[in-house]
Amino acid sequence: MITLATARRIGGQLRNDPRTIALMVLVPTLIMILLYYVIDNEQAFAQWAPVLLSIFPFLVMFLVTSISTLRERTSGTLERLMASPLRQLDLLLGYGLAFGVAAVLQVTVALAVSLTWLGYEPRGDLWALVLVALLNALLGTALGLLCSAFARSEFQAVQFMPLVMVPQILLGGVIVPREQMATVLEWISNVLPMSYALEAMRLAVIGGDLGGDFWRDIAVVAGCVLLALVLGAATLKRRTP
Amino acid sequence: MMSSEEPAIAVTGLRVVRGAREVLHGLSFQVPKGQITGLLGPSGCGKTTLIRSIVGVQVVAGGEVTVLGRPAGSAELRRLIGYSTQNPAIYRDLSVLENLRYFAAVLGAPKTDPARVLAEVGLEGAAHQLGGTLSGGQLSRASLAVSLLGSPRLLTLDEPTVGLDPVLRKELWELFQGLADRGVTILVSSHVMDEAARCQRLVMLRDGEILADDSPSGLRARTGTEDLEQAFLRLIEERQAA
Repeated sequence: MITLATARRIGGQLRNDPRTIALMVLVPTLIMILLYYVIDNEQAFAQWAPVLLSIFPFLVMFLVTSISTLRERTSGTLERLMASPLRQLDLLLGYGLAFGVAAVLQVTVALAVSLTWLGYEPRGDLWALVLVALLNALLGTALGLLCSAFARSEFQAVQFMPLVMVPQILLGGVIVPREQMATVLEWISNVLPMSYALEAMRLAVIGGDLGGDFWRDIAVVAGCVLLALVLGAATLKRRTP
Repeated sequence: MMSSEEPAIAVTGLRVVRGAREVLHGLSFQVPKGQITGLLGPSGCGKTTLIRSIVGVQVVAGGEVTVLGRPAGSAELRRLIGYSTQNPAIYRDLSVLENLRYFAAVLGAPKTDPARVLAEVGLEGAAHQLGGTLSGGQLSRASLAVSLLGSPRLLTLDEPTVGLDPVLRKELWELFQGLADRGVTILVSSHVMDEAARCQRLVMLRDGEILADDSPSGLRARTGTEDLEQAFLRLIEERQAA
């Protein structure tokens, strides 16, 4: 009950801020379109489109969540909530739910434009692609909640984005296949959730029979979402110094 | 008076350390039920820390705080205490009514509560205004309104009347008195001495220690002055002389 009320409240905050909604929903699509014309090659675009569809939901949700939870911490509303019957998980799941809905909107628009205007034709099933994109959005939300605990200001929170994002993309097998990296880097790559998310997206797009590898990747990313949420809950203390 | 009834708040030997500094040095006092108790003292004397300890959101180094018969911070207390922080804690990107509806849902308060508390703080006209567009006085009243949701038995208000004009301040103190008459215990902090006269009991705090814990008239009699500001100064002199 409190979880739903919280999700509704966060949704209301977004609705009162149409510009943020527009940025969240339209920017990924605009970048897709830009990429299409920059690459100017159907086949190469077909390789990059799923990568963008993996990264964007993660990126945007990470930013939006870390800043809005940070605001909650600094404005005193978090202290008010910690003095109320609300449980930590109510707040985290409320955020996950509200931004999950926003992510659905974001992925739907980006995908719709890619499939029609940009003539993108994934060989695999659409549902698998959407599933991975949504999971990435939730991963972004969960990590954003966690990282906001370590930022003292919105300025710092924004700086966490490249720190969390860039290594995961570099080591995620997009630029260099993971098997070709130095052993140490491959080890690091093995513990970063984005590596599994990107692999799942690759498998989803290739199509054919979605085997055990795909579901293992999904399970790993989902596990990371849960882990980040639990760790995030641990950073929300009722008593503070 | 009230010798048989247990107090709303009982604090014994409360010590709080923030950073490397001890902010509260072993405070002990009691707050009687159904009265307005004023927590007075200059800014930085530990009022907010003390209120946070009572609400149960402050890490405490030692001592005991009992609220409505339970240890401070107990889960059952979270519905019984209304808490208004010094800085207005409401969402700036939601309207006043949206704020109240959300916090009412969190507390499990009746659906009619948001309208009731809006009227109590005289903010009906701004119900649909976004928090971020309110004036300072409206903001603190909106924040106060949230703490009235769910009809708490104890209200802890940290400087609720800062920045309000005298008429509004008078109205709010009448509201507090009305609540106290219905049995609600109110602990209100202030650094404005002219508000002290409206309290039934005064706890004066300075540098994390209690200077006085008395009724306004008792305080006047003890210090031999009519003015509570003067009384405060006299208590400080006494303490320094001792």
